[in-house]
Amino acid sequence: MVEVHLWSGLRAQAGGREVVEVEAKTVGEVLSGLVAAHPELQEVIDAGVSVAVDGRIIASGLTEPVNEDSEVYLMQRLKGG
Amino acid sequence: MALDEYKPQKGGDELEQGHAFKYVGTRPDRPDGTDKVTGRARFGADITAPGMLHGAILRSPHAHARIVSIDTAKAEALDGVKAVVTRADFSDAIQPAPGMAGEMWNVLENVMAGDKALYDGHAIAAVAATSALTARDAVKLIEVTYEVLPHVTDVDAAMADDAPVIRDGTADKSVPPGLHPNVVRYHQSGHGDVATGFAEADLVIEDSFTTEATHQGYIEPHACLGILGGDGKGELWCCTQGHWNVQKICAALLDLETSQLRVTASEIGGGFGGKTTVFIEPVALALSRKANKPVKLVMSRAEVFRATGPTASTSMDIKIGMNKDGTITAAQGVFRAQGGAFPGAPMEFTAMCAFAPYNLANVHQVGYDVMTNRPKQAAYRAPGSPMAAFAVESVIDELCNQLGLDPLEVRLKNASREGTRASYGPKFQRIGLVETIEAAMAHPHYSAPLEPGQGRGISCGFWFNHGGETSVTLALSEDGSAQIMVGTPDIGGSRSSMALMAAEVLGIPYENIRVTVADTASLGYNEVSHGSRVTYASGLATIKAAEAAVRELCRRAAAKWGIEEDAVYWEDGYAKPSGPNAGDFEPLHISKITRRMGATGGPINGHFEATPEGAGVSFATHIVDAEVDPETGSTKVVRYTVVQDAGKAIHPTYVEGQFQGGAAQGIGWALNEEYIYGADGRLQNAGFLDYRIPVASDLPMIDTVIVEVPNPGHPYGVRGVGETSICPPLAAIANAVSAAAGVRMRNLPMSPPRILAALEEQSGG
Amino acid sequence: MSKIHVSTTINGDTAEFLCDPRETLLDVLRDRLGLTGAKEGCGTGDCGACSVTLDGRLVCSCLVLGAEAEGREIATVEGIAPGEELHPLQRKFIEHAALQCGICTPGILVAAKALLEKNPDPTETEVRYWLAGNLCRCTGYDKIIRAVMDAAAEMREAA
Ligand code: FES
Ligand code: FES
Repeated sequence: MVEVHLWSGLRAQAGGREVVEVEAKTVGEVLSGLVAAHPELQEVIDAGVSVAVDGRIIASGLTEPVNEDSEVYLMQRLKGG
Repeated sequence: MALDEYKPQKGGDELEQGHAFKYVGTRPDRPDGTDKVTGRARFGADITAPGMLHGAILRSPHAHARIVSIDTAKAEALDGVKAVVTRADFSDAIQPAPGMAGEMWNVLENVMAGDKALYDGHAIAAVAATSALTARDAVKLIEVTYEVLPHVTDVDAAMADDAPVIRDGTADKSVPPGLHPNVVRYHQSGHGDVATGFAEADLVIEDSFTTEATHQGYIEPHACLGILGGDGKGELWCCTQGHWNVQKICAALLDLETSQLRVTASEIGGGFGGKTTVFIEPVALALSRKANKPVKLVMSRAEVFRATGPTASTSMDIKIGMNKDGTITAAQGVFRAQGGAFPGAPMEFTAMCAFAPYNLANVHQVGYDVMTNRPKQAAYRAPGSPMAAFAVESVIDELCNQLGLDPLEVRLKNASREGTRASYGPKFQRIGLVETIEAAMAHPHYSAPLEPGQGRGISCGFWFNHGGETSVTLALSEDGSAQIMVGTPDIGGSRSSMALMAAEVLGIPYENIRVTVADTASLGYNEVSHGSRVTYASGLATIKAAEAAVRELCRRAAAKWGIEEDAVYWEDGYAKPSGPNAGDFEPLHISKITRRMGATGGPINGHFEATPEGAGVSFATHIVDAEVDPETGSTKVVRYTVVQDAGKAIHPTYVEGQFQGGAAQGIGWALNEEYIYGADGRLQNAGFLDYRIPVASDLPMIDTVIVEVPNPGHPYGVRGVGETSICPPLAAIANAVSAAAGVRMRNLPMSPPRILAALEEQSGG
Repeated sequence: MSKIHVSTTINGDTAEFLCDPRETLLDVLRDRLGLTGAKEGCGTGDCGACSVTLDGRLVCSCLVLGAEAEGREIATVEGIAPGEELHPLQRKFIEHAALQCGICTPGILVAAKALLEKNPDPTETEVRYWLAGNLCRCTGYDKIIRAVMDAAAEMREAA
């Protein structure tokens, strides 16, 4: 299982939790795992999120690998000027 | 050395140990230089088409009004008028949705108003006619009946209970119950326990700050030429930071198939984020479809100010606790940002960037995205971050003052490093903040004496940077020269950087490479030029495409020599056998291989398509000296030094240029620039005379120090450089002005009347 | 509205055009004569992107009517380079990277050339004040000022 840290503003959609455990080998599976565990997260994930895996910020790629012991943080979708 | 050991394939880390570059890091002339100094370069408004019509747009004079009726009959009857369009001429398949999920609808609504005019300047209808003057005359003949509604333009006022509701049901699920419907998105993040942290502090300072909306201020107004037929096939020429994005949005707004619309990016006269979306492009296409003729549409400067993206304005509360030794024990921030009549004010970046430079055990940040009756905000260079730095770094400065500590030493003591848990969650990889602070401390500017009436301010700043979808194709010519097609418009010399990176891999002179910004029909998808991603992502793709070509070149040499492919390596433009065991062959120059490429297996190209995810965040530290005239309240920036981590500077002159440009824009934001709305909700300063951006006589030379802490996510260590440079200036200048004036400035811009008022309040109060 | 016939000289060549009385010189240059080097950044005389010279005097062509060109001599960015060779200012702008996007460059070159014709040895302050009517949003002016000073030095040496 991979521990996924949410930003605290998402607690309301994740049953009050800030860390959710999901079965995942890729960033895409992290996101689908989150929605499976907490369907209310669908809207925010559809609107766009980024994922930090061991400090590396994945802006959008779903195929990026994730390990069991990876440190995974959900982040708001990155964009720029 | 076998091919796969070829040095530039390794990450930034390896390169740090003394890799010698031949082309990267040099400062050649830019390939488009002659075009740009002779007036030949073709920008958005510089193109024409046979039989072309000219368009003009009618805009709302009201900040908030229901559109009861639009009568276009008189305009249509005017001699020379060929088409009039309203919202009815755009797709009705796009539905609104809460928050950012409704962004396509938001863009459509902004391009052409639906039921309501949402801000002064909102497009209501458009005309195409045989001349620009006729089109403008015709616009005046369109009769619109409005029912004027109450409006709100201030972020704090828009959150108050009695504020008019701009569009109910726009809030997404992130917004906690009980807030005004104008609050449409909410962000909250952090770690540790700030209450405990504040209790441990020797000194806690809490303060509130505001910044006004500023415009990106590119000198080239939006311009485009659209051609669309009833068959759904079209062409569009426009100045944009991302033509694939324009293609995608225009296709959606006009019910076209994306591939049937070919979009070509012109030379672009500045963007800074403001040209990452569309405003007039779908309108030109809709007019063209209706008139069945090409239509050119060019914005006036007043239209640019009234109807294209300024940045968000903000209102912020900051609380920071510090120990006597300078350690920050806890930090918290509340950031309210308005981004006009649509969701999207970048408050989550304001929140996430605010405390990123510091290693904090206890940190908490909250952001509110608020709607007002103003134009839809657009990205502006590190969107959201400069305001955060202004508020946070002002409080840190005040803490340093009251505790008698050196401001740079305090930053160094608390600085984020590799492995620090960022205020926004994950741990940092290799970063260069400490190096920028140390370089600032060592810079002669920091120890130079100040004249009476002057103050010195410093600030750190942070930005994420971005990778994004990228395609690059490289084709070799029979003479061994190379052409590269990239899809990221060149805003500040990026073609030069691409050519340098390709030269490095191919081992051929920089001058033998031509880089073209390809149109949407000539190359695969490319995300917008934003997030400082061009040199990083297009650069990475260029390197990979060149490496693919090199592999093929080696293969051809191996076949000619009759040896194994991996017994050939590439060096300085030659294929060479890798040592005595591979056999003894004369090195083969690239031109010897390309001359016969048709007969030895066909053309040699390299290409690369990916979404590189390793942009690498970046930090900067700025030092500024400002002089305040207590009589007039006017401020002069007398000395400015930018220190920033570029990862690796591909073309150092252009990196310096980005540093200087960001600092100058920051100076404008800090001292003069602001959107001023009257009580009637109308923009009062829609021109460069009253919206004053810095001019040459306002500024000193801007000194730069390029720090290079390689980004492990790029083959040469590149980090984005374009945006971070605008993060520290607001704060650095505010700290300098506060020191010079002897009063803390909490509201930007620090225009002369504001400074005089602050001085008066201090002496009177 | 009937059009006005105008005869003028542009970059040394005679030119004739018909224009609406409301059209500016900038409109005429760009839309009727195909000289798109001068840019419209504001149309109100605030940005300098449209700078040209009229009988040797630096003007914003957006503030001059097309009809006013009658019998006058106009010089635009297209006429700065005498032939294949670039003018020293143009070369120095490329060399110093005094342009990023380049939209302000035509106007700044025309203005800088007018300055150096009046004052071949300007101080930094003089250059900054002379160019104060030419907005550049990209560069922070640093490299522009250096390029002008350097070109001036080179031209003095050559003179
Ligand atoms: S366009 Fe003439 S001064 Fe700006
Ligand atoms: S180089 Fe872009 S405005 Fe000057």
